[in-house]
Amino acid sequence: MRSTWIIFKRELASYFATPIAYVFIVIFLFLSGIFTFYLGNFFSRGQADLLPFFNFHPWLYLFLIPALAMRLWAEERKSGTIELLMTLPVTVTEAVLGKFLATWAFTAIALGLTFPMWITVNYLGNPDNFVILAGYIGSLLMAGAFLSIGSCISALTKNQVIAFVITVVVCLAFILSGFPLVLDFFKGWAPQLIVNTISSFSFLTHFNAISKGVIDLRDLIYFFSLMAFWLFATAILIEMKKAD
Amino acid sequence: METMVEIQNLCKHFGSLVAVDNISFQVTQGEILGFLGPNGAGKSTTMKMITGFLTPTSGTVKVAGHDILQSPLSAKRRIGYLPEGAPTYPDMTSAQFLDFIAQIRGLQGLNKRKRLDEIIQRVNLESVLDQPIDTLSKGFKRRVGLAQAILHDPEVLILDEPTDGLDPNQKHEVRTLISDMAKEKVIILSTHILEEVHAVCSRAIIIANGRLVADGTPSELESRSLYYNAVTISLRAPQQQAPEIRKQLLNLPQVAKLETLEESPSLLTYQLFPKNKSPIIAEISQHARERNWKVEELHLDTGHLDEVFRTITTAH
Repeated sequence: MRSTWIIFKRELASYFATPIAYVFIVIFLFLSGIFTFYLGNFFSRGQADLLPFFNFHPWLYLFLIPALAMRLWAEERKSGTIELLMTLPVTVTEAVLGKFLATWAFTAIALGLTFPMWITVNYLGNPDNFVILAGYIGSLLMAGAFLSIGSCISALTKNQVIAFVITVVVCLAFILSGFPLVLDFFKGWAPQLIVNTISSFSFLTHFNAISKGVIDLRDLIYFFSLMAFWLFATAILIEMKKAD
Repeated sequence: METMVEIQNLCKHFGSLVAVDNISFQVTQGEILGFLGPNGAGKSTTMKMITGFLTPTSGTVKVAGHDILQSPLSAKRRIGYLPEGAPTYPDMTSAQFLDFIAQIRGLQGLNKRKRLDEIIQRVNLESVLDQPIDTLSKGFKRRVGLAQAILHDPEVLILDEPTDGLDPNQKHEVRTLISDMAKEKVIILSTHILEEVHAVCSRAIIIANGRLVADGTPSELESRSLYYNAVTISLRAPQQQAPEIRKQLLNLPQVAKLETLEESPSLLTYQLFPKNKSPIIAEISQHARERNWKVEELHLDTGHLDEVFRTITTAH
């Protein structure tokens, strides 16, 4: 795991070596502010909580996270550094984990920088800070799930644009899988069990539960197993097609 | 001599394309092995399999006794590898990049510092340490790549076209660097510059269409040349004597063939090819002395590697 830590450090530093980090953070903060205060009617609701803030996170992540994840492996392929990395004494699992954790830590930093929102709501009223903490945890877990999907799809191609578009589509499917739009498509022919399974895959169901302050073990397991699955798939894909 | 790299019946198929077809060879301590072949012959593919980046379709690769498939990490620890084009992380500075590699290679603390200083000095990177690799010239990028490969003092060094795209001075620098390291290491390098083989390699392997078609020292390979032991003779004589001189030369017992290179009014130049590539220069010079020919130039050919290369790689 020493190698994971070294790769983690390199990867995280690489975000800040380019404008990516600053552009991402500024846009993330700007959009989350707009969504919360204008679309979410933060003030007119008259309630001391951050629900309007968290409610928009799935949609914000839908576009921002794939933009972060698309470079994870596609760039290594494009620049040929994957050959360097994979011939160093590092296992594929260590590399996949190191890179993923770095990107996840980066989103945690971006998320952490929304703290003025938390200060505002505490200044204006008396919110339940535990619920807000739960919201942050849920948001971070959801970001991790988005990222793991992005990591896997980025491993498939050397073209970052393709990685971005496909990741957005897959993530959208995961958001919408609880919606009639997707479920109706399956209802006609698939058995009820499958329809239920699909609907239970929705990010929204699990995220909403956590962001209301209910940290249920099942929701945690959902997010962690989702990440484990996609990262495992990433490792297998890299192992299989590292040289393609 | 200890065998450091052992390759047996190595094959790689990409779909129906056979990129590497049953290649076997061994490299022992102290050897600098040159990998020759036309573009697309399978040089890089073979190197990628030796370094564990590509999985062979069949066959085995052993580096210092460690099988690259069975114990990849211990094999990779013993290899330093410069991939084709020397890929590096462009956003990092040279210093950051080398520090990253040093850490991954398990160097720590004072030892790491010492090793980094030593290598940076060896490949002359002091002046660009704090520049992003992106902004460096091709020569410096290649040096960063080389530094990365030799940082952990590997037993086996694999360099894929280390001098490709460099200017003559930079080429010379890289070759000197390689020659300096030869004693302590096994070096395998690929190239399509034939002079390079002479300059640095103690042994050369030629690959064509995925198959190993020749294996020997550069001089051995050259002796396969049509021009090996051929003699070029230039003499001052009036043009009228040319037919007589040609006849005499052809009548020498070991001379098989004569080619006229030049017949000007005062200078005659011929190239003579021996029978069975035996040495004929003594015979010719003796004959010239006996006849009191005014010899301007007498030149012995040691063979043309490029001609051998062409013959071998196009025949298969």
